[in-house]
Amino acid sequence: MHIVFDREKCQGHGRCYALAPDLFDADDEGYALVLVSGELADDQVAAAQLAADNCPEYAITVEA
Amino acid sequence: MTDLQEPTRDWATTFDHTDDDYAQLAPEIWDELRDRCPVAHGDAHGGVWFPSRHADVTAIANDTEHFSSEGVIVSIFKPEGLAPMGYAPPITADPPFHMDSRRILLPAFAPKAIDKLEGATRRLCSELIDELLADGATLADAAVQYAQHIPVRVIADMLGVPREDGDKFRVFIHRIIEKPGTYTETLRYEDTLDHYIRQKLEQRRNEPPGDDLISYLVNVEVDGRKLPDAQIIGTIALLIIAGIDTTWSAIGASLWHLAQHPEDRVRLETDPDVLPFAVEEFLRMYAPVTMARIASTDTEIGGCPITERDWVLLPFPSANRDPEAFDDADEFIIDRQRNRHVAFGLGIHRCIGSNLARMELRVAVDEWMKRIPDFELADPATVRWSTGQVRGPRELPVRILRTLEP
Repeated sequence: MHIVFDREKCQGHGRCYALAPDLFDADDEGYALVLVSGELADDQVAAAQLAADNCPEYAITVEA
Repeated sequence: MTDLQEPTRDWATTFDHTDDDYAQLAPEIWDELRDRCPVAHGDAHGGVWFPSRHADVTAIANDTEHFSSEGVIVSIFKPEGLAPMGYAPPITADPPFHMDSRRILLPAFAPKAIDKLEGATRRLCSELIDELLADGATLADAAVQYAQHIPVRVIADMLGVPREDGDKFRVFIHRIIEKPGTYTETLRYEDTLDHYIRQKLEQRRNEPPGDDLISYLVNVEVDGRKLPDAQIIGTIALLIIAGIDTTWSAIGASLWHLAQHPEDRVRLETDPDVLPFAVEEFLRMYAPVTMARIASTDTEIGGCPITERDWVLLPFPSANRDPEAFDDADEFIIDRQRNRHVAFGLGIHRCIGSNLARMELRVAVDEWMKRIPDFELADPATVRWSTGQVRGPRELPVRILRTLEP
């Protein structure tokens, strides 16, 4: 599983880096940055899914 | 409560968000409209549309081509000829000007900047609780003595003005948001928000720059040029107007909920990790802000024809309770795991103060619960909700049942 992040959709709500700080961070303007690339470790999938499930803009998906 | 409702009133055709009945009954009205007539209308304020469903609210928020932000507070005085900046940028700005005016502010409201304000906010909440518990009081007004003071003082600190000016802020907000258009003819210029801001600008220009937001806006340069006065004044007006009764409403509504739900109080007391989820669920269930747009062309909402220049309300609180968008939408689930609520709006106008508001709400609830873990409504009939586009309890008398030492 890996994270797909659509920067065009991100409006800086900040839910992802609050809920999954090991996977996402904020830039200086509050938009999301993805901290990991490629395949997620097994123990990272739940946090990535939580971030995706709480993004009001549907900017994050977790895909196989 | 339902005896307040006029049995003959049809909210689908006589919608008015400034009506006293709406203040008390809004959630029931939204539920009814979503089911029966998803795009309501009323003739008050020169005619207003009210789309209640999540899908329509989302579509309008993302459609800056057909819906302008030139006017965001519905009143009989409809702004005209102010686009693309509007009177309080960036909230009243349209693309492409919008993004430039927003970028100026974004770093000041990004998480790293807001984290620095948490300590002072905690102290402020703790002091307010000390005051309301003084002399062993067992009754307090959680809105008047607590919630309303928190954002006023935080914003005053951010702007670098005395906290006592907060009393003036509340008067400005009452006129502009709760009773828009009502005071226009009787007001002396010296008592206006515009005059207040111009005075502060004058002062600040004669002082060395501080690290407050007014100094920042006076001195910031974009492409080598300082901002025009109209933009500086509009942006400061926005910071005073947008961040105060909104956050105070969210804090008050959250305490109103907790006063009636002992099981949620116990959960917060025994499981502190649930607080961030509780904050989001408070924001979903009790989202204070309904925005507005002006149709910039003839268009339609959910199949309903809209005429150019019509007012359209954007009720994020109603969208947040739409069963089409949320499982068990009418239930407060303190640890809700999927919560894409739109309390702060959507799209390019996402509330710029959302990180600040979340911090204030989390800290205000946390500090209250640490000292007053058990409380109940003193009398449900004395809770008074605001009218207009910002909804929250303005009077919230509670009986204090148990306190803890700091």
